[in-house]
Amino acid sequence: MIREQEDIIIQTVCRILIPFMQVYGLYVLAHGHGSPGGGFQGGCIFAASFILMPIAYDLNKVKRRFAEKRTILLCSLGVFIYAGIGWLCLLLGGNFLDYGTLSAILPVDPVMARYYGIAAIETGVQITVMAVMVSIFINLVTGGSHEEEMQKTHD
Amino acid sequence: MKKLLGVAIAIAALMVLLQGVEDLPPWGDPDQPASLHVSPRYIEKGLAETGVPNMVTAVLADYRGYDTLFETAVIFTAGVAVLMLLRRVAP
Repeated sequence: MIREQEDIIIQTVCRILIPFMQVYGLYVLAHGHGSPGGGFQGGCIFAASFILMPIAYDLNKVKRRFAEKRTILLCSLGVFIYAGIGWLCLLLGGNFLDYGTLSAILPVDPVMARYYGIAAIETGVQITVMAVMVSIFINLVTGGSHEEEMQKTHD
Repeated sequence: MKKLLGVAIAIAALMVLLQGVEDLPPWGDPDQPASLHVSPRYIEKGLAETGVPNMVTAVLADYRGYDTLFETAVIFTAGVAVLMLLRRVAP
């Protein structure tokens, strides 16, 4: 996209790197409980792998995975998961975002229910951050047209 | 003349702010009000109350859940704002 011709070295390195980045993004999310990490950081790492893809290949590769409609849906889905868990706690008789009450529908005690509630909202945060980062990147880099403008030597 | 006035106002504001800094407790003082209010509760009971070994996550997602919810909403709003400003659909 930013070069006039494709580079086999960059493409190969990215092809090796991107799966590991995605696994690492999920690792950071899953380890938000025990070590530094969480939804914001994990989402950024996950989004970085999708931003690396158009840099190495072309934008269509990402657009095939992130149809615009789906990206916007994912943006709101994360916030929906977060707020939905808050409302679920409310419906189960606790305060808003009082995860302890989730033990009524989960087979665990209230303290572990808080643990799983936090894991669920972190997942929501990760989805929103990832989708927003990708959406902003695609919009900025194409000037809002979502079409690649530079001509390529081969495709 | 205008420039000099601006510099004078900036220096006056600096003096006022520095006077405020004098009253702050020493850096890292364990007896300062900020360390005595809710921090001991988070440190002592965080694991028992939330089941999360990471104190930062316990505060971020549990004790300050509202804050993080609207942080996420802010990121969502940023994404929607960029979309509204930049997205051009071909006619």
